[in-house]
Amino acid sequence: MFWAFSRFTILAVVLTASSILVVHADNRSDAKAQVEFGILVAKQELWQEAISRWEQAVKIDPSYAAAWNNLGIACERQGLFDRASDAYEKALNLEPNNIFIQQNYDLFREVNDRLRQNDR
Amino acid sequence: MTACAKTIASLILIASFSACTTNYFEVPVETPLEPKIDVSRFQRVLIAGFVTAGSKEIDTNLETARMLKSQLRNNSNLQVIDAEVFQMKIVAERQGTVSRATEEQQEPISTENIEDGLTEDKVSSEENEQDLEAYEHIFANVNYWKQLGEEYQSPLIVTGTIYFAPHQRSGMVNREREIYDSFGRRQVIPLRTYQDRKGYVLSPKFVFIDGNTGATLYTQRNREEILYDAAQNRPALSSYFELMDRLLPSFVGTLSNESIQGVRILLK
Repeated sequence: MFWAFSRFTILAVVLTASSILVVHADNRSDAKAQVEFGILVAKQELWQEAISRWEQAVKIDPSYAAAWNNLGIACERQGLFDRASDAYEKALNLEPNNIFIQQNYDLFREVNDRLRQNDR
Repeated sequence: MTACAKTIASLILIASFSACTTNYFEVPVETPLEPKIDVSRFQRVLIAGFVTAGSKEIDTNLETARMLKSQLRNNSNLQVIDAEVFQMKIVAERQGTVSRATEEQQEPISTENIEDGLTEDKVSSEENEQDLEAYEHIFANVNYWKQLGEEYQSPLIVTGTIYFAPHQRSGMVNREREIYDSFGRRQVIPLRTYQDRKGYVLSPKFVFIDGNTGATLYTQRNREEILYDAAQNRPALSSYFELMDRLLPSFVGTLSNESIQGVRILLK
């Protein structure tokens, strides 16, 4: 009886874990598709469309650092500096050792500081 | 090899190639900086001159006017009026006298006073930064600037005060020292030493005046200093240019659209 119950429990745990993994993998691949399409349109200078793609990507998979990074760049490009700052910070929190994100964020902060200085 | 196997092999090749391609893309980002004042209603700009104090090694008034004119010619759409630079200190003194006389006699301010400003600066040389405040009343003299504006077809007028003076500071500085160990290997170690340093300080106040109304549109203050080892003998003019180079982007940014260009990295 006990063995049957524990087998059943193990099976349930494994199934739940694998379904979570499958959902996560699906989320990531859906988000990745949005990110890649966003890059394509960004290359065509369609930044507003890129923003909407990357916003969808982070909605699907909020742990996708590259999507947050790209969203930060697009917002910066469109002059939405507060949103850009939030997006870059989220990307860095997710991947603190990513030198590309760090570099983007450092350059953004430099520009932002100059803008604030200019406003004073 | 069958056709099916060939197709599968080529698909695998394509897939592996696409997996190897880069996962990042560089994109140029250009951030526009709005000018601090709207100069769209002006077609011309007049660099009137500056009230100066400090070092007499260089003619700060003339050098500043020359530099600003050249910057505006290259970096703005405004036509720079090629007029002689006024000795604003003398203009301020005369306008102060005239203002007092006007209060008593109700005489209008004549443009002769403006021409008088073109004479040599005869004011004492030992003035410091605070002494410049005594002349700042000239910037609020709406009648004077309006009259000057009429003479030059209502341009944007740039004037202000410039303080450029020798500066000395002593203290601890970080230096690097070369040492060789017993095996003859070279090492560089950081060293904090006490050092006498001298240089210059440049503190301009740029005042932008509407030549149509005589009213001040915007005032911009900056302060920069440069220090060298006391043993170095740097000419005042080269230090002045070095300090002005640091301030010019901010000055130009007041009048014209600037943009910061850079590159960001998109990630997959």
